[in-house]
Amino acid sequence: MTNPKPKPKSRPTVKSRPQLPKAPTGIQGLDEITGGGLPKGRPTLVCGGAGCGKTLLAMEFLVRGATQYNEPGVFMAFEESAKDLTQNVASLGFDLDDLVARKKMVLDFVYIERSEIEESGEYDLEGLFIRLGHAIDAIGAKRVVLDTIESLFSGLPNPLILRAELRRLFRWLKDKGVTAIITGERGDKTLTRQGLEEYVSDCVIVLDHRVSEQTSSRRMRVVKYRGSTHGTNEYPFLIDEDGISVLPVTSLSLQQESSTQRIPTGIARLDAMLGGKGYYRGSSVLVSGTAGTGKSSLAAHFADAACRRGERVMYFAFEESPCQIMRNMRSIGIDLEPWVNKGLLRFQASRPTLSGLEMHLTRMHKAVNAFKPRVVVVDPLNSFVIGNNEIDVKAMLMRLVDFLKTSQITGLFTSLTRGGVALEQSEVGISSLIDTWLLVKDIEIGNERNRGIYVLKSRGMAHSNQIREFLLTDHGVELRDVYVGASGVLTGSARLSQEAQEKAEVLVREQEVELRRIELERKRTTLEAHIAVLRAEFAVQEIASVKIIGQEKAQKVQQAQERVDMGQIRKVDAKPSQSKRGAK
Amino acid sequence: MKTMQAEHYVLRLYVAGQSPKSVLAIANIKRICEENMHGHYELEVIDLYQQPQLAQGEQIIAVPTLIKRLPLPLRRIIGDMSDTERVLVGLDLRSKA
Repeated sequence: MTNPKPKPKSRPTVKSRPQLPKAPTGIQGLDEITGGGLPKGRPTLVCGGAGCGKTLLAMEFLVRGATQYNEPGVFMAFEESAKDLTQNVASLGFDLDDLVARKKMVLDFVYIERSEIEESGEYDLEGLFIRLGHAIDAIGAKRVVLDTIESLFSGLPNPLILRAELRRLFRWLKDKGVTAIITGERGDKTLTRQGLEEYVSDCVIVLDHRVSEQTSSRRMRVVKYRGSTHGTNEYPFLIDEDGISVLPVTSLSLQQESSTQRIPTGIARLDAMLGGKGYYRGSSVLVSGTAGTGKSSLAAHFADAACRRGERVMYFAFEESPCQIMRNMRSIGIDLEPWVNKGLLRFQASRPTLSGLEMHLTRMHKAVNAFKPRVVVVDPLNSFVIGNNEIDVKAMLMRLVDFLKTSQITGLFTSLTRGGVALEQSEVGISSLIDTWLLVKDIEIGNERNRGIYVLKSRGMAHSNQIREFLLTDHGVELRDVYVGASGVLTGSARLSQEAQEKAEVLVREQEVELRRIELERKRTTLEAHIAVLRAEFAVQEIASVKIIGQEKAQKVQQAQERVDMGQIRKVDAKPSQSKRGAK
Repeated sequence: MKTMQAEHYVLRLYVAGQSPKSVLAIANIKRICEENMHGHYELEVIDLYQQPQLAQGEQIIAVPTLIKRLPLPLRRIIGDMSDTERVLVGLDLRSKA
């Protein structure tokens, strides 16, 4: 049992295990949750209520097959005419007429009018088989869609025959080796009204379109996939101008790479609070606080700093329009407009109530994938919380954080906390997802509201434990020095008076120093004057002395000369030097 | 006056090969036509295996299908035509009971 030897042997067999052949749908995300697409050569049942996107999913499957995988397809419509279908999907950029003309697709509208039909005796659906077979052979189709085959039940009498024939049809499709999608309307208790799931059992996908809190969301679930693993969750999906996109991000594998690179917050002194370097790249940052505490300003600073580095920033705004954000930020000296014009900053503003959470998430996904930013700002996050959906919001944020981290995108989320609730508590739900959490709060002292900021947590870096006051000035957010008074940190006017007091003290001290300096200077001047006088006196004496010495010398020389002259006259040959000395 | 006059019927029967249902349907419709509109009908039997493209053009799903092209309105009768009464109703030769 604990023998480790067979293990390495079993590994390669796992790798070479034959996989069920699959036909990629080309639909964003669907191939991921099905592990590569729909079962190739088998029928798949797609069911759901009215308007949930069955026809569109099937159509996209065919169009992508024809355009991307060179697998022509037959679309057999029982509900919409070929013309209607062509018009309906033209808005998604699918040009069916062109595909039909290039023999990549056959559109066949099956028209059944119950009132025109009379039944007399036994019949079968061989006509449908011939028709479908002819269409498949005409273009060498690899894919087939039957939308919605249950219409036959309302159009033709004798359901017993129909059931038997449908069973035969699905078997026949398998024999033909075409990958088929059969759509079905959702029934009361069964997946489809006519219980088609009994016949089509290889793969069943259920689509759902539900409305909660007045917003709608579309979801998809792979109920069954024979012979293959698949994601079993409900995945939100979106229908927009590019067709269907499914969002398969609940994997949460926690395998993301972690960067050690740091990126500045855009506020130098805030960087200093975060170990001197700012956030980690690819981390998730939450800025939470009550109303009007400057969350958006912090976000704008960060966005501005990123743009300055030449990085792209995606700004999701859910409360203000881009124009309003830019105007407001200009008032604190941050001009975002040039970045928008340069294409470095992109806004996507929408009301949270526009659509369901999933829709928002999917839209954000698409936007991020398209723009490829390094920084994403979501402002604010919790405007999504409508009613009691905090759990959903958490799930959504988890997906978003997961997605951003995987792509090494730094995410900054702002969050409005309600007054009166402990700030840390109200968001306990999401705190585990957040790497760096800044809290901005009102500090009320002395009938004043002032803004304070502190780092609640910051994973993997030394960070300041100080509550810092900050001001919104016309050149941005400015963190002030900490003034600690008798009753704690001083803010606002208390800080100002403290500052003034300290300034006064400094002034007094400066004046004292100045005074001393002047005194010293005066003394030096006096001293120097004194020295000058002495020097002058000395100079006078020196001159006098030198003069006397000089006269004396001259006199001596003259006397000596006189003596020599005298000796010559007297013809003395005695030693002059002795006589000189003796003369003295 | 016009109702008394025998109208001209244009009928087409679509079958799939020589299956028992096809054979039965062909025999039945020929009999019904002879008995009820002798001399003022055209009946064409078409094998969809031979002309599969007609299945789409004529909106055929079930076989056998008999289409009454004339007189209007267009009617379809599906099945092996074994229920003569219903065939006649379908051809507007009998009103629904």
